[in-house]
Amino acid sequence: MANLPTRIVLPASAKKGDIVEIKTLVQHAMEPGYRRDNEGRAVPRDIVATFAVTYGGIEIFKCDMQPGTAANPYIAFSTVATETAELVFTWTDEKGDATRETRRLTVTG
Amino acid sequence: MRSIETPPTRRDVTLGVAAAGAAIGLTGKAHATPEDLADALKQITKGAFISPGRVKLTMPELAENGNVVSTLIEVQSPMTAADHVKTIHVLAEKNPQVTLIRFHLGARAGRAKIAANVRLADTQRVLALAEMSDGSFWSGEANVIVTLAACVDSG
Repeated sequence: MANLPTRIVLPASAKKGDIVEIKTLVQHAMEPGYRRDNEGRAVPRDIVATFAVTYGGIEIFKCDMQPGTAANPYIAFSTVATETAELVFTWTDEKGDATRETRRLTVTG
Repeated sequence: MRSIETPPTRRDVTLGVAAAGAAIGLTGKAHATPEDLADALKQITKGAFISPGRVKLTMPELAENGNVVSTLIEVQSPMTAADHVKTIHVLAEKNPQVTLIRFHLGARAGRAKIAANVRLADTQRVLALAEMSDGSFWSGEANVIVTLAACVDSG
Protein backbone atom coordinates (compact mmCIF):
# COMPACT_ATOMS: atom_id res chain seq x y z
CA MET A 1 0.00 0.00 0.00
CA ALA A 2 1.36 3.33 -0.99
CA ASN A 3 1.14 6.09 1.54
CA LEU A 4 -2.49 7.12 1.97
CA PRO A 5 -3.36 10.80 1.64
CA THR A 6 -3.34 12.42 5.08
CA ARG A 7 -3.87 15.82 6.64
CA ILE A 8 -2.15 16.87 9.83
CA VAL A 9 -2.68 20.22 11.50
CA LEU A 10 -0.43 21.34 14.34
CA PRO A 11 1.43 24.57 15.08
CA ALA A 12 5.02 24.83 13.79
CA SER A 13 6.18 26.08 17.16
CA ALA A 14 4.97 26.28 20.73
CA LYS A 15 6.17 27.49 24.12
CA LYS A 16 7.57 24.84 26.42
CA GLY A 17 4.79 23.50 28.61
CA ASP A 18 1.98 24.62 26.31
CA ILE A 19 -0.69 22.14 25.36
CA VAL A 20 -0.64 21.71 21.60
CA GLU A 21 -3.74 20.54 19.77
CA ILE A 22 -3.16 18.16 16.88
CA LYS A 23 -5.78 17.35 14.26
CA THR A 24 -5.29 14.44 11.91
CA LEU A 25 -7.16 12.80 9.07
CA VAL A 26 -6.35 9.85 6.83
CA GLN A 27 -8.20 9.14 3.63
CA HIS A 28 -9.57 5.62 3.92
CA ALA A 29 -12.96 4.01 3.19
CA MET A 30 -12.97 2.01 6.48
CA GLU A 31 -14.92 -0.76 4.74
CA PRO A 32 -16.68 -2.49 7.65
CA GLY A 33 -17.12 -5.86 5.93
CA TYR A 34 -20.91 -6.03 6.39
CA ARG A 35 -21.88 -4.39 3.15
CA ARG A 36 -22.74 -5.95 -0.20
CA ASP A 37 -22.10 -4.44 -3.59
CA ASN A 38 -24.71 -3.99 -6.34
CA GLU A 39 -24.29 -7.59 -7.42
CA GLY A 40 -24.81 -8.92 -3.92
CA ARG A 41 -21.20 -9.85 -3.26
CA ALA A 42 -19.88 -9.18 0.21
CA VAL A 43 -17.45 -6.26 0.26
CA PRO A 44 -14.39 -7.47 2.19
CA ARG A 45 -13.47 -5.77 5.42
CA ASP A 46 -10.65 -3.26 5.03
CA ILE A 47 -10.03 -0.84 7.89
CA VAL A 48 -7.23 1.14 9.44
CA ALA A 49 -6.63 -0.72 12.69
CA THR A 50 -4.31 1.55 14.62
CA PHE A 51 -3.10 5.12 14.63
CA ALA A 52 -0.05 5.87 16.76
CA VAL A 53 1.90 9.05 17.39
CA THR A 54 5.42 9.36 18.76
CA TYR A 55 7.05 12.58 19.92
CA GLY A 56 10.83 12.50 20.14
CA GLY A 57 10.65 8.72 19.75
CA ILE A 58 8.24 8.16 22.63
CA GLU A 59 4.66 7.12 22.02
CA ILE A 60 2.30 9.82 23.27
CA PHE A 61 -1.00 8.72 21.74
CA LYS A 62 -2.52 5.62 20.23
CA CYS A 63 -5.92 4.79 18.88
CA ASP A 64 -7.54 1.44 18.05
CA MET A 65 -10.09 1.77 15.29
CA GLN A 66 -13.04 -0.49 14.54
CA PRO A 67 -15.66 -0.70 11.78
CA GLY A 68 -17.63 1.73 13.97
CA THR A 69 -15.03 4.39 13.21
CA ALA A 70 -16.22 6.63 10.38
CA ALA A 71 -14.59 6.61 6.95
CA ASN A 72 -11.61 8.97 6.54
CA PRO A 73 -10.85 8.75 10.26
CA TYR A 74 -10.50 12.15 11.85
CA ILE A 75 -8.82 12.28 15.25
CA ALA A 76 -8.01 15.38 17.28
CA PHE A 77 -5.94 15.13 20.46
CA SER A 78 -3.31 17.08 22.38
CA THR A 79 0.19 16.89 23.75
CA VAL A 80 2.38 19.02 26.00
CA ALA A 81 5.23 20.75 24.13
CA THR A 82 8.33 19.42 25.89
CA GLU A 83 11.20 19.65 23.40
CA THR A 84 11.97 20.48 19.81
CA ALA A 85 11.52 17.13 18.12
CA GLU A 86 9.84 15.18 15.38
CA LEU A 87 6.33 13.83 15.71
CA VAL A 88 5.77 10.66 13.73
CA PHE A 89 2.20 9.73 12.80
CA THR A 90 1.61 6.11 11.76
CA TRP A 91 -1.64 4.62 10.46
CA THR A 92 -1.58 0.83 10.10
CA ASP A 93 -4.29 -1.25 8.42
CA GLU A 94 -5.27 -4.80 9.37
CA LYS A 95 -2.85 -6.27 6.83
CA GLY A 96 0.01 -4.41 8.48
CA ASP A 97 0.50 -1.83 5.75
CA ALA A 98 1.47 1.51 7.21
CA THR A 99 1.24 5.14 6.21
CA ARG A 100 3.76 7.36 7.97
CA GLU A 101 4.07 11.13 8.21
CA THR A 102 6.53 13.26 10.15
CA ARG A 103 6.15 16.82 11.47
CA ARG A 104 8.63 18.89 13.41
CA LEU A 105 7.53 20.85 16.46
CA THR A 106 9.84 23.67 17.51
CA VAL A 107 9.64 24.41 21.20
CA THR A 108 10.72 27.83 22.48
CA GLY A 109 11.29 29.26 25.95
CA MET B 1 -28.04 -18.49 24.74
CA ARG B 2 -25.09 -16.26 24.15
CA SER B 3 -22.67 -19.14 24.03
CA ILE B 4 -24.40 -20.50 20.93
CA GLU B 5 -23.99 -17.29 19.00
CA THR B 6 -20.54 -16.27 20.06
CA PRO B 7 -17.42 -18.36 20.51
CA PRO B 8 -15.48 -18.20 23.78
CA THR B 9 -12.79 -16.03 22.19
CA ARG B 10 -15.25 -13.21 22.48
CA ARG B 11 -14.50 -13.12 26.18
CA ASP B 12 -10.81 -12.74 25.61
CA VAL B 13 -10.08 -9.20 26.66
CA THR B 14 -7.40 -8.29 24.16
CA LEU B 15 -8.81 -10.09 21.16
CA GLY B 16 -12.42 -9.71 22.18
CA VAL B 17 -13.37 -6.94 19.85
CA ALA B 18 -11.85 -8.44 16.71
CA ALA B 19 -13.32 -11.81 17.57
CA ALA B 20 -16.71 -10.26 18.10
CA GLY B 21 -16.54 -8.89 14.58
CA ALA B 22 -15.74 -12.32 13.20
CA ALA B 23 -18.55 -13.87 15.20
CA ILE B 24 -21.07 -11.39 13.91
CA GLY B 25 -19.87 -12.01 10.36
CA LEU B 26 -20.47 -15.72 10.77
CA THR B 27 -23.82 -15.62 12.47
CA GLY B 28 -25.16 -12.73 10.45
CA LYS B 29 -26.28 -11.02 13.62
CA ALA B 30 -27.40 -7.53 12.68
CA HIS B 31 -26.36 -5.65 15.76
CA ALA B 32 -25.21 -5.88 19.33
CA THR B 33 -27.64 -5.76 22.22
CA PRO B 34 -27.60 -4.02 25.60
CA GLU B 35 -26.38 -7.36 27.00
CA ASP B 36 -23.40 -7.25 24.61
CA LEU B 37 -22.61 -3.79 25.90
CA ALA B 38 -22.80 -5.03 29.48
CA ASP B 39 -20.49 -7.91 28.52
CA ALA B 40 -18.00 -5.59 26.85
CA LEU B 41 -17.99 -3.35 29.93
CA LYS B 42 -17.35 -6.37 32.14
CA GLN B 43 -14.41 -7.41 29.95
CA ILE B 44 -12.88 -3.96 30.16
CA THR B 45 -13.41 -3.36 33.86
CA LYS B 46 -13.02 -6.97 35.01
CA GLY B 47 -15.92 -6.31 37.32
CA ALA B 48 -14.66 -3.02 38.76
CA PHE B 49 -17.30 -0.42 39.58
CA ILE B 50 -18.00 2.23 36.93
CA SER B 51 -18.80 5.61 38.44
CA PRO B 52 -20.97 7.92 36.38
CA GLY B 53 -19.30 11.29 35.95
CA ARG B 54 -16.02 13.05 35.08
CA VAL B 55 -16.53 12.04 31.45
CA LYS B 56 -18.36 14.38 29.11
CA LEU B 57 -19.43 12.86 25.81
CA THR B 58 -20.68 15.43 23.33
CA MET B 59 -22.54 14.15 20.28
CA PRO B 60 -25.35 15.65 18.20
CA GLU B 61 -28.83 14.89 19.60
CA LEU B 62 -30.00 14.32 16.06
CA ALA B 63 -27.59 12.78 13.57
CA GLU B 64 -28.90 13.06 10.03
CA ASN B 65 -26.19 10.77 8.72
CA GLY B 66 -25.17 7.83 10.87
CA ASN B 67 -22.06 7.32 8.74
CA VAL B 68 -20.32 10.34 10.23
CA VAL B 69 -21.28 11.34 13.76
CA SER B 70 -18.99 13.83 15.45
CA THR B 71 -17.87 12.77 18.90
CA LEU B 72 -16.08 14.82 21.52
CA ILE B 73 -14.83 13.24 24.73
CA GLU B 74 -13.58 15.32 27.65
CA VAL B 75 -12.48 13.78 30.93
CA GLN B 76 -11.90 15.76 34.12
CA SER B 77 -8.38 14.81 35.13
CA PRO B 78 -5.26 16.71 36.20
CA MET B 79 -3.31 14.62 33.65
CA THR B 80 -0.22 14.39 35.83
CA ALA B 81 2.17 11.45 36.04
CA ALA B 82 0.41 10.34 39.22
CA ASP B 83 -3.16 10.90 38.11
CA HIS B 84 -4.18 10.71 34.46
CA VAL B 85 -6.49 9.05 31.99
CA LYS B 86 -5.02 5.88 30.50
CA THR B 87 -7.67 4.66 28.10
CA ILE B 88 -10.96 5.91 26.73
CA HIS B 89 -13.40 3.47 25.15
CA VAL B 90 -16.33 4.60 23.04
CA LEU B 91 -19.09 1.98 23.02
CA ALA B 92 -22.51 1.70 21.41
CA GLU B 93 -25.18 -0.85 22.24
CA LYS B 94 -26.87 -1.22 18.85
CA ASN B 95 -23.96 -1.21 16.39
CA PRO B 96 -22.74 -4.47 14.84
CA GLN B 97 -19.76 -4.18 17.16
CA VAL B 98 -19.97 -2.64 20.59
CA THR B 99 -16.59 -0.87 20.53
CA LEU B 100 -16.47 2.01 18.07
CA ILE B 101 -13.01 3.33 18.85
CA ARG B 102 -10.51 3.29 21.70
CA PHE B 103 -7.84 5.83 22.68
CA HIS B 104 -4.69 5.33 24.73
CA LEU B 105 -3.24 8.44 26.25
CA GLY B 106 -1.19 9.55 29.21
CA ALA B 107 0.09 12.44 31.26
CA ARG B 108 1.84 13.93 28.22
CA ALA B 109 -1.50 14.70 26.60
CA GLY B 110 -1.82 17.67 28.98
CA ARG B 111 -5.60 17.43 28.91
CA ALA B 112 -7.97 14.59 28.21
CA LYS B 113 -9.90 15.93 25.26
CA ILE B 114 -10.29 13.93 22.07
CA ALA B 115 -12.45 14.38 19.01
CA ALA B 116 -13.29 11.76 16.39
CA ASN B 117 -16.05 10.66 14.01
CA VAL B 118 -17.97 7.41 14.46
CA ARG B 119 -20.65 5.43 12.65
CA LEU B 120 -24.01 4.69 14.26
CA ALA B 121 -26.24 1.95 12.87
CA ASP B 122 -29.33 3.05 14.78
CA THR B 123 -30.80 5.51 17.23
CA GLN B 124 -29.06 4.59 20.44
CA ARG B 125 -27.16 5.36 23.59
CA VAL B 126 -23.41 5.85 23.23
CA LEU B 127 -21.10 5.42 26.18
CA ALA B 128 -17.61 6.81 26.80
CA LEU B 129 -15.69 4.89 29.44
CA ALA B 130 -12.47 6.29 30.89
CA GLU B 131 -9.92 4.16 32.67
CA MET B 132 -7.78 6.19 35.07
CA SER B 133 -4.20 5.57 36.15
CA ASP B 134 -5.46 4.65 39.64
CA GLY B 135 -7.57 1.86 38.12
CA SER B 136 -10.93 3.56 38.57
CA PHE B 137 -13.51 3.75 35.80
CA TRP B 138 -15.72 6.71 34.95
CA SER B 139 -18.35 7.05 32.29
CA GLY B 140 -20.42 9.56 30.38
CA GLU B 141 -23.11 8.98 27.80
CA ALA B 142 -25.05 10.55 24.99
CA ASN B 143 -28.30 9.62 23.29
CA VAL B 144 -28.29 10.09 19.54
CA ILE B 145 -31.27 9.92 17.22
CA VAL B 146 -30.08 8.65 13.85
CA THR B 147 -32.25 9.44 10.82
CA LEU B 148 -30.06 7.79 8.17
CA ALA B 149 -28.35 4.74 9.62
CA ALA B 150 -24.81 3.83 8.71
CA CYS B 151 -24.96 1.19 5.96
CA VAL B 152 -24.44 -2.15 7.60
CA ASP B 153 -26.49 -4.63 5.57
CA SER B 154 -26.32 -3.50 1.99
CA GLY B 155 -24.67 -0.87 -0.11
